[in-house]
Amino acid sequence: MTRKPIASIVSAGISKFGAREGLYCRELFAEAAKEAFDGCPNLDPRRDIQALFVGMMSEAYEHQAHVAPLFLDWIGLLPIPAFRTEGACASSSVALRTAIFSIASGAFDVVLVGGAEKMTHLSTTGVTEILGMASDFAFEQWHGISFPGIFGMIAVDHIHKYGTTEEQLAKVAVKNHEHGALNPKAHFQKRISIDDVLSSRPVAWPLKLYDCCPRSDGASCLILTSPSIAKKFTDTPVNIIGTGQAQDTLGLFERDDFSSMKVTKLAAEQAYKMAAIEPDDIHVAELHDCFTIAELIAYEDLGFCKPGQGGRLIDEGATYLGGKIPVNTSGGLKAKGHPVGATGTAQAYEMYMQLTNQAGKRQVAGAEIGLTENLGGSASTGVVHVYQRGD
Amino acid sequence: MFISEEIKGMKTAISTIASNDHNGFILDDEGRIVPTIENFYKYCAGHKLMGTKCVKCHTLTCPPRGICHKCLGTEYEWVELAGRGVLLTYTVIHFPPTQFQALAPYAVGIVRLDEGPNLPGMIREINLADLKIGISLEIDFESTIPEEWPKWPRYFFKPRI
Repeated sequence: MTRKPIASIVSAGISKFGAREGLYCRELFAEAAKEAFDGCPNLDPRRDIQALFVGMMSEAYEHQAHVAPLFLDWIGLLPIPAFRTEGACASSSVALRTAIFSIASGAFDVVLVGGAEKMTHLSTTGVTEILGMASDFAFEQWHGISFPGIFGMIAVDHIHKYGTTEEQLAKVAVKNHEHGALNPKAHFQKRISIDDVLSSRPVAWPLKLYDCCPRSDGASCLILTSPSIAKKFTDTPVNIIGTGQAQDTLGLFERDDFSSMKVTKLAAEQAYKMAAIEPDDIHVAELHDCFTIAELIAYEDLGFCKPGQGGRLIDEGATYLGGKIPVNTSGGLKAKGHPVGATGTAQAYEMYMQLTNQAGKRQVAGAEIGLTENLGGSASTGVVHVYQRGD
Repeated sequence: MFISEEIKGMKTAISTIASNDHNGFILDDEGRIVPTIENFYKYCAGHKLMGTKCVKCHTLTCPPRGICHKCLGTEYEWVELAGRGVLLTYTVIHFPPTQFQALAPYAVGIVRLDEGPNLPGMIREINLADLKIGISLEIDFESTIPEEWPKWPRYFFKPRI
């Protein structure tokens, strides 16, 4: 069954993720844009692209604000309008929604949407502090509650409520590294063992170093068109058929439940309804595994399993490549890397590759419907998109 | 009519924030202590944990805010909280932000105060092995005022004896 498309992806690009020494956001974004342009010979970027939407979290990383015109200039597309959105780690998913709305409104037919972040030139402490700015300064940061600390508290609550184990958390990291080893663009392309995770040094108990995604440099982008003209540019577009977003308190402490992300549930509800699908219809998904616990909770909030059963789902192997619902075939934030502003459209990039049968060794055979879930901060922003192959 | 009155009330609160200063507290035109984070921490300097109660729907909020998150009411009264509660969740931070490095490893958690609101903070004077969801904690206050901006005196939690 073909669902009603809201917008179509006709090409996509991603930079290599990792420690990209000496390269900055504008250059990484240009690297991603080049792949998207090269992948779409029927598109003349200067003639066809009418606007740019970019997500970036923070000026603090490379002392650079006002990146919308900067990225636009570096890909040679001045003087079309360029917009920047910020939603912490969900910045480019929010950019994608903004781009979708611009197309749905009729303002534009063809836009470029993406994101970037440069992080590895700073120390881990420096990066952790900038990421921490997405939590509540007055009541979390001021009292020494780091960003991993917030997810540590979420993990303790989940373990207490449902009996989730540190081994189950470790399996998320092991799986995503296994997938990342099949992705030439991933930050980490090596396998790790459960013991590697369990014996890595503690960061915010029960989270250890290998439960945490790395700091990475990278950029990603999509060429998005109105569905009616997508076939002018490619025979194999990927349609966005559902989109949803919700917000929650910045402070984790002000919520009723720490073991479930209300924003994911609400965003998924909107996206599922718009796409007219059930969780069972999804063939492949990219979920927000900033910390291993976040992926298990996402399984539950998205309806891949019942509340509290996330640990069991990974035990069953359901979310591995070859399983019932492969999750984070790209390697996820954990192994592919998490240049925060790039992550949202990098998840969409993976859907584009999977649903056009271009994912190589990590291809999910016959994948037709995919989902992405992206969190900002401690789940103060949640964005879900549903995709369908459009050929 | 109703909404415009609320907006007028908000404008009054906002316009006076920078103007009056009484014993360090920021006051509105009628001399009332406005429900801001700055004033919350001013109370902490006097070793008091204070929240605000919405006059309209009686929701108790701690930390305080100018617009009630339940009913959008803007009339409030300050209420002192006992500072006792139970631990809802916690973690031990081994890799802290720079300014807390001397304290690592240290515990932080979220406490459900007896009066209802949740408050996060550091948990001190505890053996890390004794951390457990559900233990009883009480608030205490640092006696020194931090030198760095925004100079808010820190509260923390410790086991209730």
